[in-house]
Amino acid sequence: MSEPLPIVEMESISISFPGVKALDKVDFRLFPGEVHTLMGENGAGKSTLIKALTGVYKIDSGDIVIAGQSRRLTGTADAQAAGIATVYQEVNLCANLSIGENVMLGHEVRGPLGINWSATHRAAQAALDGMGLGHLDPRQPLATLSLAVQQLVAISRAMVTKTKVLILDEPTSSLDAHEVAGLFTVIRRLRDQGVAILFVSHFLDQVYAISDRLTVLRNGQYVGEYSTRELDRSMLISKMIGKDVETLRGIGSERRANHRSPGDEPLLRAEKIGRKGSIEPTDVTLHRGEILGFAGLLGSGRTELARLLCGADRPDTGRVWMRGKRTEVSNPKAGLDNRIAFSSENRRDEGIIRDLTVRENLVLAVQAKRGWARPIPRREQDALVSKYITALNVRPADPERPIKNLSGGNQQKVLLGRWLATQPDLLILDEPTRGIDVGAKAEIQLTVAQLADDGVSVVFISSELEEVVRLSDRILVLKDHRRIAELENGPGVNADTIVDIIASEVQEEVGA
Amino acid sequence: MNESKSNLERVRAIIRSQYFWGIVAIFLLLLINLIKDPSYLNLSYNPTTGAFVGNIIDILRAAAPILMIAVGVCLVIATGGIDLSVGSVMVVSGAVTMEFLSAANQPDSIGAAALAILLALLLSTVLGLVNGVLVAFVGLQPFITTLVMMLAGRGIAKVITEGQNTSATNEPVRWIANGYAFGLPVVFLIAVAVIVVVSIVVRKSALGLMIEAIGIDPKASRLAGLNRRGLLLTVYAISGLLAGIAGIFATASVMTVDVSRTGYQLELDAILAVVIGGTSLAGGKFSIGGAVIGALLIATLDKTVLFLGVPSSATPAFKAIVIIALCLLSSERVRSLFRQRRLTTPLTPKETVPS
Repeated sequence: MSEPLPIVEMESISISFPGVKALDKVDFRLFPGEVHTLMGENGAGKSTLIKALTGVYKIDSGDIVIAGQSRRLTGTADAQAAGIATVYQEVNLCANLSIGENVMLGHEVRGPLGINWSATHRAAQAALDGMGLGHLDPRQPLATLSLAVQQLVAISRAMVTKTKVLILDEPTSSLDAHEVAGLFTVIRRLRDQGVAILFVSHFLDQVYAISDRLTVLRNGQYVGEYSTRELDRSMLISKMIGKDVETLRGIGSERRANHRSPGDEPLLRAEKIGRKGSIEPTDVTLHRGEILGFAGLLGSGRTELARLLCGADRPDTGRVWMRGKRTEVSNPKAGLDNRIAFSSENRRDEGIIRDLTVRENLVLAVQAKRGWARPIPRREQDALVSKYITALNVRPADPERPIKNLSGGNQQKVLLGRWLATQPDLLILDEPTRGIDVGAKAEIQLTVAQLADDGVSVVFISSELEEVVRLSDRILVLKDHRRIAELENGPGVNADTIVDIIASEVQEEVGA
Repeated sequence: MNESKSNLERVRAIIRSQYFWGIVAIFLLLLINLIKDPSYLNLSYNPTTGAFVGNIIDILRAAAPILMIAVGVCLVIATGGIDLSVGSVMVVSGAVTMEFLSAANQPDSIGAAALAILLALLLSTVLGLVNGVLVAFVGLQPFITTLVMMLAGRGIAKVITEGQNTSATNEPVRWIANGYAFGLPVVFLIAVAVIVVVSIVVRKSALGLMIEAIGIDPKASRLAGLNRRGLLLTVYAISGLLAGIAGIFATASVMTVDVSRTGYQLELDAILAVVIGGTSLAGGKFSIGGAVIGALLIATLDKTVLFLGVPSSATPAFKAIVIIALCLLSSERVRSLFRQRRLTTPLTPKETVPS
């Protein structure tokens, strides 16, 4: 295979923000007909590089050459004109419009009487057919589709313009296994049509399944470009974090060595709690210092069950005892008052408060517990904030920075700090490690294990079964909105055990 | 050297603040007036009444009602809502005051004044609470809720006065609007005192942080344990109360409530004041200081229009031009345009230095 000319060539790109060098002379090449993954920890500069390529950020120095032409990109329109389209992690579509309207938005077919809707929908259908989505009706409202299919619609939308470079920024972070497989089919089809695809994901398995080439960044600097076949996983991780991976591997074994048998009285006992349409009546018991994993596919009811326990949603059946006493947890405030803290899987919409600073975000839950009339004195706030910034290794360690300017992993650490500051007895973590890099992930896992050792009970939810198995003392397996099994963790249990349980329960949807 | 740099930084911070151009605009308007009449800013002291007299004093007096409603609307906007009913709550409050005084046994006594004011403020707060309940518990949109209250309020005022423009005589109430203390108009001093109290309550407690949090992200705030409904109720009630105070200010100066003119379209002035002060209509971060600047600017603008003799038919257009210019100046996009033009020159030599 003779090497064709690169469609994108970025040379020695530097971008500075006040006080930070976000990119320092980074090179990047992208060839037609390849899937190229950008790897690096949060804050390594992946997003910045993408934003430089899509014209969102202006580069301070360096060259961007697209299809042999040097370009100065001063806005997203420039990038689009150069044939670059981006599909972000959070789908940027209009849920209230139809599928066809979304696909063709801004490219509607016009006739003498304005937009010709039937022709527009035909064009949309053609675009969807090209993606293997022929079964979708373009007149259907977008909101009726699952997130995964919406993602595919977003890609179809990107392909309506004459896209030569498609950027997929964490497209898989909220998809489950067979949805990812569907997405990959589409990606491969586009690649075979000669589209250059820039892929960003934190899931190593997926990176290895789909990409032809990797570029690794670390702390805003270029580490290297590798062929996926030539770089094995542990080498890749070492290159990303710049240190040995053995420390990460240690967490799991250490956790199991410390496993204690539970005491007599459970911290929480829930009997037949359920809510119509989201989770069937389920029993949950949790002892002090225990980590209970909820395993199951996306939509299995694991989030719904967690939301009932913490008061985010109100159960319509069942009873709950905390510390042996009957308790009604009817809203999140009541949850906090009962020392239950819940960290939502939706960090952007249900976690951080974008425009507030790290400090304000961190003290918010404690403040809510105290009520508005008893403000936390500034000195106490500062002490609290610096304690958690240090303990959780939040970077940059600047409490007065708006939280929206932090990377995803560091936002997650601040949120963890927010819940820990309320001194919970029960901490419910829904996907605390989703979309964050290996280093931050390890730090969060370590913190969780440490908390359990200190006597905090934890409900741990993750799509990554390995993670659930590594941390949990007991695992509750959910499927189709109900509990199908509960097992004690032990040497014989691994991710496959759980996959088997889920798979054998009904003979379809085998993930791995 | 170091000190001058930090001073420079401080000046930069002020220039960057959203309401900087509001302050500039106030000075410009005063300058225009000064050019037309070099004695415009003169203050004279009247020893018999113990009061300063001058155009500036007039502006401060006229600003008082706008200040009240601007601060109330500012808090509502911070929660992501809007309060269009403040002008109508003003007329209700004024109607209650005047109607009560004209019907009282001893209309000129302090007791009657206190009761009238208490009643007016109580009803205004209740109207605010009704807004709050509809928004927080029923889940209606703030725009629709307060639009309905805006229409209903004027209706309620007409019912209270039976459609008449009720007048009354009561020296204490009149003193509030027209009297002087420490040489300054009482109405302005009360406004300042109220604003100081509101600012302290909001910023020294956690109320301000919580209002901003629910304005930025209601879902995340709920999960963090914030009581969104309670906060909304509080904020709409405060807005109603402040509008009630504004209504007393506005009617007491002439001791007549004009059911179709009192507070008419003042909600728009209040919203403008808030926006000029740099609080986004999308909710979130808010600035009471900014709203104060905005309200002072609008009062100055009103007086300037009168002073320059702009024909009354052209007044709205004149006001619109000033305000749109201001919004352009404080817009982030327009500013970055200026900044880029300034930056291109000094940066060029730096780029050629090899590193």
